[in-house]
Amino acid sequence: MLDLHGYGPRLLEGSLLTLELALLSLLLAVLLGLLSASAKLSSSRILRGIAHVYTLVIRGVPDLVLMLLLFYGGQIGINMATDWIYSEFDVDIFININAFVAGVVTIGIIFGAYMSETFRGAFLAVDEGLLEAGRAYGMRPWAVFRHIRFPLMMRHALPGLGNNWMVLLKTTALVSIIGLSDMVKVAAEATKATHEPFLFMIPVALGYLLIASVSEWCFMKLRQRFDIGFSSGGSSWNN
Amino acid sequence: MADTSIPLEINHLHKSFNGNPVLNGLSLKAQKGDVITLIGASGSGKSTFLRCMNLLEMPDQGELIVHGEAIGFKVDRKGQRQPEDWKQVERIRARLSMVFQNFNLWPHMTLIENVMAAPVHVLKMPKAQAREKGMALLKRVGLSERASYFPTQMSGGQQQRGAIARALAMDPEVMLFDEPTSALDPELVGDVLHVMHELADEGRTMIVVTHEMDFARDVSNHVMFLHQGLIEEQGAPGDILTSPRSERLQQFLAPRY
Ligand SMILES: Nc1ncnc2c1ncn2[C@@H]1O[C@H](COP(=O)(O)OP(=O)(O)O)[C@@H](O)[C@H]1O
Ligand SMILES: [Mg+2]
Repeated sequence: MLDLHGYGPRLLEGSLLTLELALLSLLLAVLLGLLSASAKLSSSRILRGIAHVYTLVIRGVPDLVLMLLLFYGGQIGINMATDWIYSEFDVDIFININAFVAGVVTIGIIFGAYMSETFRGAFLAVDEGLLEAGRAYGMRPWAVFRHIRFPLMMRHALPGLGNNWMVLLKTTALVSIIGLSDMVKVAAEATKATHEPFLFMIPVALGYLLIASVSEWCFMKLRQRFDIGFSSGGSSWNN
Repeated sequence: MADTSIPLEINHLHKSFNGNPVLNGLSLKAQKGDVITLIGASGSGKSTFLRCMNLLEMPDQGELIVHGEAIGFKVDRKGQRQPEDWKQVERIRARLSMVFQNFNLWPHMTLIENVMAAPVHVLKMPKAQAREKGMALLKRVGLSERASYFPTQMSGGQQQRGAIARALAMDPEVMLFDEPTSALDPELVGDVLHVMHELADEGRTMIVVTHEMDFARDVSNHVMFLHQGLIEEQGAPGDILTSPRSERLQQFLAPRY
């Protein structure tokens, strides 16, 4: 029963792929989100423009379309570039877009756009005076960011970040269309072959639920970490 | 020529916001050990003047010289005045510590972490040394037992004394205070003024924006009265606070007597 008609190992591999894909995409999304949020708040009109176009396009186009566009369109683009290099410089290069990389990049770019707004709001919620205090003592912009702005901002960003992560996790199921065998893809194949949907879909559902529960716990820990100094009870006011 | 014995010298500073002039040619010279108080009505430009001294605001015109080192400026493509070299600005900021009206202690750090942060991250002081020094400073301002408290767990007066300890941790050559007691409940003002009085007594160079006329009279050796971004009157507190010459300063001081 538990060998799942021989699909067990593949299902496990699929769930690992889902997890790797989700975590790497998250990393990229957070980086892009921080960068584009900073761009939106910068004084450069060009940077602000680029960041706004980025979020507008990503949020306005379905994820599925973006993924296909990036995977196939990206390959055509790269082929054109390598052809051009071949004709100009007589150097022959082959680059194949790896489906895993394409998946990470697409999901990262999509969720970077959503996180951009989360981070922008969170940055704005930090009292400017606290940043000024850092500058006033000679801290470099990077030191101000790292020691003051980032930790204070995270407190405001975490709820939105948590929501985005949960949606991102489920969005990884899209990668089956570019040929990756995540756990949904494996389960779908197995169901087709054996006509036993419950046998495969319930473990998949439980797999997602497990990841979601662990994430919930991690986010709770993170919230506690960044709440330090704000919600610590037992204030003593006697002079 | 560059006189390195003068901690801070400012010549003909101008600043406007969106075309509205706020500072109209202010000069100031702080000798070592001077305590200069800046007084004036709200909106007269006191905070802006102080914030120009460590370049939290960029002056449009004028000269800023810290210990004989003049800050270099250039004009960027948009016609805005910018420092020539941000490293120089950071170096100079590290020598002029500011104490803010709203304390601005970092809420996610304990008091001792607040005091240690700039020495560790700016001066690259080893943590153990910064902690030791920070503890000594907290003792000075009467907050030894509060070292591991977070700012939200302290009263305003304690926070401001902590902020003074944070400023002292940089061994500043000049301390800039922007209405350090204005956000405090009246009964907490005394402790903060007491600490500042001690700092003055030990020969610190201080520039203090304040509404505390007793402090200006008893502690400072020079008072500048600002009106619409200009120095309307200045001099020794004994002179200008007791027998103000300008009508505006007379009016400004009148309700207090
Ligand atoms: N960042 C700013 N942008 C626009 N106007 C400002 C800014 N900072 C100060 N001002 C204006 O400059 C004038 C002087 O302000 P300020 O220096 O804070 O005065 P004071 O500290 O004496 O009360 C006020 O009219 C104020 O509105
Ligand atoms: Mg002010």
